[in-house]
Amino acid sequence: MTTTTAPTGARPEGPPPEQGAGRARRRRQVRELGVLLAVVLLIAGTWFQNPGFLSQQGVRDLFLGATVLSVLAVGQALVLITKNVDLSVGSVMGLSAFGTASLFAAFPEIPVPLAMAAGVGIGALCGLANGVLVATVQVPALVVTLGTLYAYRGLGHWWADGGQVNAHQMPESFLALGRISVLGVPLPAAVAVVVVVAFGFYLSRYRSGRELYAIGSDAEAARLSGISVGRRVVAAFAANGALAGLAGVLFTARYGTVDSTAGFGMELEVVAAAVVGGVAIAGGVGTVYGAALGAVLLTTITAALPIWQIDQFWHQAVVGALILSAIGLDRLLALRNARKLGGGTHGP
Amino acid sequence: MPQQSPPAPPPLELVRVAKSFGSVRALRGMSLELRSGEIHALVGENGAGKSTLVKTIAGVHRPDAGWIQADGAPVTFTRPADAQRAGVAVIHQEPTLFPDLSVAENIFIGRQPRTRLRTIDRARMRRETDEVFTRLGVPVDPDRPARGLSIADQQLVEIAKALTRQARVLVMDEPTAALSSVEAERLFTVARTLRDQGVALLFISHRFDEVFALCDRITVVRDGAFVSCDPAADLDVDTVVQRMVGREVETLYPKQETEAGHTLLEVEGLTRHGVFEDIGFTVRSGEIVALAGLVGAGRSEVVRALFGVDRYDAGSVRVDGVPLAQGSPKAAMAAGLALVPEDRREQGLVMESSIARNATSTRRSALSRLGLLSSRAEDEACRSWGEPLQLKYGRLTDPVSTLSGGNQQKVVLAKWLATGPSVLFVDEPTRGIDVGTKAEVHRLLSALAADGLAVVMVSSELPEVLGMADRVLVMHEGRITAELDRDEADEESVMYAATGQPPREALR
Repeated sequence: MTTTTAPTGARPEGPPPEQGAGRARRRRQVRELGVLLAVVLLIAGTWFQNPGFLSQQGVRDLFLGATVLSVLAVGQALVLITKNVDLSVGSVMGLSAFGTASLFAAFPEIPVPLAMAAGVGIGALCGLANGVLVATVQVPALVVTLGTLYAYRGLGHWWADGGQVNAHQMPESFLALGRISVLGVPLPAAVAVVVVVAFGFYLSRYRSGRELYAIGSDAEAARLSGISVGRRVVAAFAANGALAGLAGVLFTARYGTVDSTAGFGMELEVVAAAVVGGVAIAGGVGTVYGAALGAVLLTTITAALPIWQIDQFWHQAVVGALILSAIGLDRLLALRNARKLGGGTHGP
Repeated sequence: MPQQSPPAPPPLELVRVAKSFGSVRALRGMSLELRSGEIHALVGENGAGKSTLVKTIAGVHRPDAGWIQADGAPVTFTRPADAQRAGVAVIHQEPTLFPDLSVAENIFIGRQPRTRLRTIDRARMRRETDEVFTRLGVPVDPDRPARGLSIADQQLVEIAKALTRQARVLVMDEPTAALSSVEAERLFTVARTLRDQGVALLFISHRFDEVFALCDRITVVRDGAFVSCDPAADLDVDTVVQRMVGREVETLYPKQETEAGHTLLEVEGLTRHGVFEDIGFTVRSGEIVALAGLVGAGRSEVVRALFGVDRYDAGSVRVDGVPLAQGSPKAAMAAGLALVPEDRREQGLVMESSIARNATSTRRSALSRLGLLSSRAEDEACRSWGEPLQLKYGRLTDPVSTLSGGNQQKVVLAKWLATGPSVLFVDEPTRGIDVGTKAEVHRLLSALAADGLAVVMVSSELPEVLGMADRVLVMHEGRITAELDRDEADEESVMYAATGQPPREALR
């Protein structure tokens, strides 16, 4: 956030604007900080319960576990911000994971970066198709991507034909990517961090990024402001697809063995992560930082429950309660904002 | 007003523009010339095609026939962006802001100042926003979200947007409808400054005092067609009104004289915190009582609370002497109330359903046998109400969306009249209806009152209020500020009360 102060010119009477602005901004950040705090408390509490939770291996597992989900959550946030949703990400990720693995199996000599790019490309194509369908057919994204969820998964099953690609069919240099660490952080997790920061910066600092918020806030007003709504929405879906593709590649590098069911059921977990992180289903609100934090929180919960000796059976109930309380918190913040801002600048 | 001696081509011109929506001809052969350094007024009744014209200029609609010229050369606006590039800025009737974005972002969306790295230069954006608000003389925080801004502030943001865009043509579609007179006066100062800087302005308003005080030229439209264009100095209010309606005003409002009977509706101390306060009035059988006031004064909210759609915090309602429980439209209907809502498309009709089904939807149980509803019963009941209302339709099974606005309104009326109400609330009964049908709706309301119905009419159209009502209740910011009898009420007295100013008597 910038810290520029008031203009030089004389200012008419009225409260100094910087205070109100600071408050409004802080209230927004509170949302993401709240999730961060929850993550920290959860990790600290779990560590207290069992110090082994934060052993070197434990930290690695945490990082790796959150990697795929947070990359997907960043992409989903892009789409949610435009007041759309992409339910097909799990299938896209699966298709890309199997595609990448099959490339290695079919062409053992293929350069690793090329195969990875192909995986991302498969995802981008799927996302592009989603976006074009949503933008041209004018059918709600929920319905379109529900359709492509099954279509892409079906495509994957047909391609795999019940088979799977095993680790020994992939080059060692590729599988190593899942194990190398950069400054103590596993490479896939570092990639995820770069993705989060890059998209976060893009969304807040670039015109086209801000236009995604405008579209989600009021699509009709966006059209009147001369924003090419259709093109931006298609781009958001394509970017989301590409990120789902990237998630598929990371998945393959980490697990080595891939069949056509990779990423099955991930879509709802991704939407949950984004919503917990403060991205509004109603569009126009939220950041990719929040979405990624939401993903981290969800994976941490998954990892922490056994240590608390809570039956895995409760996992979904906990996630559900988290979503509901996140939504409740958002509503509360919105109401408080409305009360504080409702008066406008004009007195009675 | 400065006149240029060599006649430069006008920055924007409409040439015989026509536009239809389905069977509705919104514009037919409309021509308009906007000159630099001139404030041009466009007046016409609601539904005369003004908004369609504005949207054509804004690049939202493409003309079916005719064309637009910028600086003397024909141009095609396929998208709003094209119009903006040609220097056209439009302040729409409904401000089109992004509630989730900050004020500064709203102003600069799509053209934010950028740094060398093509990222948004937020410091500069904020500074320029501050500058433009200083120029407008209003303190608006550039960083606050647009959500929760008052209509007046939203307008100012829109104007700031146009100012930073260096617009050469500025179109304002009823910008003062929801402004207080102080805010409006401030807007006019800005408008005059822009005119003197050579901007061409198009100003749309229903308030004649504003039109005559501000504008250099007045164009009158009626039923989507050009009627006249003259310098404001050569016109007076009566001439303009006659050209707008195309007939004598008296005949437009066929008000029947009625004898007011016993009191049917008594409202006392009705309050919903922050929305309306201490609303009290009575309506007698045979009376038409108008609730006048500016948009946002709380009129529709009062009516909704009376009908039980919204709750209220204090007060009492009695229908024919019997207290009415709050918060239940069902109880309200049983007590003999009926509500024709403001937005018939959203609240009054199921647009995809058939005419017959819509018209009979209030009487589903009365028309059904053994719990089954036959379409024959529906059709018959609908026909019996369609005739007296002169409903024009193809088949009763057609979806209601195929009807014109006026006929849709008749279906809503039919639906509620069929319940045999004793008190009828109508909210903006003629919004978006053409002049001919409008008169029919008025005649109908008048006839209903003559039959002993008590009618409460919310209306933003002054001529309608003055022409139809036996009594006028004027609301301002949630309170009733004046109760005027038919002979006391005129444009001025209602307007004064609606803007919350003391009546003229008090000023003397």
